[in-house]
Amino acid sequence: MSKSLLVISRQAPWSGPSAREALDIVLAGGAFDLPIGLLFMDDGVFQLAPGQDAKAVQQKDLSANLQALGLFGIDDVFACSHSLTERGLTPPASAQPMDSAAISQLIDRYDQVITL
Amino acid sequence: MKFAIALFSAAHAPSSRRALLFAQAALAGGHEIVRLFFYQDGVYSAANSIVAPQDEQDIARQWREFVSQHQLDGVVCIAAALRRGVLNAEEATRYQRSAVNLEAPWALSGLGQLHDAAQAADRLICFGGP
Repeated sequence: MSKSLLVISRQAPWSGPSAREALDIVLAGGAFDLPIGLLFMDDGVFQLAPGQDAKAVQQKDLSANLQALGLFGIDDVFACSHSLTERGLTPPASAQPMDSAAISQLIDRYDQVITL
Repeated sequence: MKFAIALFSAAHAPSSRRALLFAQAALAGGHEIVRLFFYQDGVYSAANSIVAPQDEQDIARQWREFVSQHQLDGVVCIAAALRRGVLNAEEATRYQRSAVNLEAPWALSGLGQLHDAAQAADRLICFGGP
């Protein structure tokens, strides 16, 4: 049986390649049919913000890649509810909100964790 | 125990040195390293173009010597490396760049190698940040 991996994405989409590179790990794992989870935390929850205009900061839009998660068989997508609240964001439909107790259980449930 | 080691920081970051010390200690303790995977700014830890001041440690060189000496599987993520200008001879030719700053023992490959290593190992140990 394959080992499961949780990727914790903690960087805003405009703060450099980290958000994209975290997502690339997830999508690559999905392409290999591995059990992968994705948790947005801290500034990483900005990746879930609605109405992003990446072009305004001369960046590529990441949201299309986020839409691809389902196609790659990645259904376990979570967001830290504390991080969302702190940044005035409402929980998006695409990610399950998790409080800190649930996050610690989540991390426990996965065999391996990568935080970017 | 079988370890997969992922590094996300450049050679000048203390975390690159910590990763190297961990890897050395793992082998010294009789453990196995199934693969080293350098991702994000970790690709700079594999670059041979770094010139460390004489009274400072040359961590990229130490990584190179460590991987060669123990004949480890040292993989640098190709997408992360291209984006940061870390190129081996083949990629420099492909993209018509004048600088080559990655050589053996390092190999450029894709993220599948990270997943493959994580599957093969008992533990995936990641190093990043400061």
